[in-house]
Amino acid sequence: MAEHCAVIGIGQTKHSESRRDLSIPGLVRDAAVRALQDANMSWKDIECVVIGTAPDMFEGVMMPELWLSDALGASGKPIFRVHTAGSVGGSTAVVASHLVQAGVHEKVLTLAFEKQSESNAMWALSPAVPFQPQLVAGAGGYFAPLIRSYIRRSDAHPDTGCMVAVKDRQHGLLNPDAHLHLDQSLEEVKASPMLWDPIRYSETCPSSDGAVAMVLVNDKHAARVQNPAWITGTSVRTERTFFAGRDQVNPAAGKLCAKDVYDQAGITNPLKEIDCAEVYVPFSWFEPMWLENLGFAEEGQGWRMTMEGKTKIGGEMPWNMSGGVMCTNPIGASGMLRFAEAARQVRGTAGRHQVEGAKVALGHAYGGGSQFFAMWIVSSER
Amino acid sequence: MREVAIVSFSQLPSSKVIHADEPELVQPVTAAAMEQIGLTQDDIGFTCSGSTDYLPGRPFSFVAAVDGLKAWPPIRESHVEMDGAFALYEAWVRLLHGDIDTALVFSFGRCSLGPVPEVLNVQNDPYYVQPLGLDAISAAALQARAMIDARKATERDFAEVAVRNRQNAVRNPNAHVKGPLDVEAILAEPYISSPLRKSLCSPLSDSAAAVVLAAGDTARKLVERPAWIRGIDHRTEPHALGQRDLTASASAKLAAEKAGVRKGKVDVAELHAPFAHQEIILREAMGLGEGTEINPSGGALAANSLMTTGLIRFGEAASRVLSGSADRAVAHATSGACLQHNLVAVLEGE
Repeated sequence: MAEHCAVIGIGQTKHSESRRDLSIPGLVRDAAVRALQDANMSWKDIECVVIGTAPDMFEGVMMPELWLSDALGASGKPIFRVHTAGSVGGSTAVVASHLVQAGVHEKVLTLAFEKQSESNAMWALSPAVPFQPQLVAGAGGYFAPLIRSYIRRSDAHPDTGCMVAVKDRQHGLLNPDAHLHLDQSLEEVKASPMLWDPIRYSETCPSSDGAVAMVLVNDKHAARVQNPAWITGTSVRTERTFFAGRDQVNPAAGKLCAKDVYDQAGITNPLKEIDCAEVYVPFSWFEPMWLENLGFAEEGQGWRMTMEGKTKIGGEMPWNMSGGVMCTNPIGASGMLRFAEAARQVRGTAGRHQVEGAKVALGHAYGGGSQFFAMWIVSSER
Repeated sequence: MREVAIVSFSQLPSSKVIHADEPELVQPVTAAAMEQIGLTQDDIGFTCSGSTDYLPGRPFSFVAAVDGLKAWPPIRESHVEMDGAFALYEAWVRLLHGDIDTALVFSFGRCSLGPVPEVLNVQNDPYYVQPLGLDAISAAALQARAMIDARKATERDFAEVAVRNRQNAVRNPNAHVKGPLDVEAILAEPYISSPLRKSLCSPLSDSAAAVVLAAGDTARKLVERPAWIRGIDHRTEPHALGQRDLTASASAKLAAEKAGVRKGKVDVAELHAPFAHQEIILREAMGLGEGTEINPSGGALAANSLMTTGLIRFGEAASRVLSGSADRAVAHATSGACLQHNLVAVLEGE
């Protein structure tokens, strides 16, 4: 690694069910301009654009980086498109950071977006694969059996998922950019309709329109801001979708990815050495599952941390201070939002959802059948 | 900057239809690329692929491709929704880090699954252009017509490019269509979209390709003569056709400059030109003169499996350095209508 890399600009759109006021180019440009302003930069400072989004079919534009290059000031520059399913926002930020760390570019704009109102993601996520039985409707149909397996294995309290939903929605109330602003009680969440047992309606993420952008630079340019977020570890891991004996509840790829990123950042005990985390939790039960997968709790014990309130802002290990995917889910951007919110925390710019004194944070994204993982650790110190 | 080289290349012979799903395309071609230099997936530090959901017509099609790999224990892996040549670029960046020494790059594309020229219309602006139904051949025809109007080339020049590529393809066992064909025969073909005729357009093929990259001494241990990536760069241009000079390629010119194409004699160049006239534009943009052999493989005019055609150019160019038949080669890949986005690399032997 030739260079250190820091996040010096972060911008995101106001997320909502439908940003009818913005075209797709308008959406990505809105996030990008905010990131540039935050970095005290203009378009001409940017050397390269790295863009991520989930399946092109969501918006009906094939390889949209071609079309969006104009809106992103990319003419005459390299523009690079990443797509790694739900983890794409994270993977995209990782690729951008590598361009800086490798010394290829000094100043990179990276961004991710989804405009879910342009299509119906639920059915786009239910593809009929030729010669295979149609087993699921939507991502919830795929993940519900994994959650049931988790509950069986860990003997988790049945309210755990609802507790996560209440907590993340309370956090979301502190985030003006969040899509959902819901002041829900545990009883209200428990009373919401069951969609894919044990996933209730209020335990699912919304479908959002939104974009997020970051400016990543090397040491030379990090001094443009007072509070760069230094990237001290990045990692990606993938495993195959189907094979006998695969543990989809606690996937090996997630564990390995976390170990790799902790090793790079010199972290031996994540619970003690990380101040807060933004983790991809699209269905509430994934909080306790990922608490264990990422080494914040012993196997079978993650749900206790949630039930004890340890993952709230002010708790021992705040998770998803922004409200997370449970409040905001422009799919292709959801991973990068986690990475960006982690960076905001260590920069001290997270507004009302700031964890006081946060110095080290984890950003996490996953995708496919719990098989693609991307993570980074950001720190207030290089 | 760390030295990185292409050390292996494999492709499935291109044809009109390969009856195979994603794992069936990926497994044999990646295994061959690794086996011929004595590696297995366990020896690979990073794996990266390129493909598009718009060929099979369903989202997340690349996820199935992972099942064609030995992705267990879990691997470092990424995917670009671009030609596999851009996956090679990501792998090159990853190897510059220094913590791993090898990368596997692959891509797969089956044009037989749908009406590709019409499908490519969905690359266009969805609000103003897609409703016009601008298919890929019509867009390229506008570019070819602009060249004729600017007196930069004639229809006969286009035909000569096609004849040479088809003739070169005779020696390429992986090509889909091959000669013999002469200029007069092409000029007698009816127009598909004036001034383009059938033989001036690439065929639509199915194929898959894989490349192995290695850094520094690892590359030297694996093969006698690695194809070192001495320069690599990519650039894009405005999307709207009306905002570009279609008769030239500013982005290919800039990428070639950054990659250092003109720093030495280029023995051979593999150019990703899906239409005959685009080869002329690319040669001019990159400054490739008479001394450079263009597309000894037959290029995209002999085989065009979307998303792999660029990576195959890299593999074909590297093969000539690996075999010792060229000292300095240029590899090129393009993306988008009328050469909007271009990737250029210089490959050299030691």
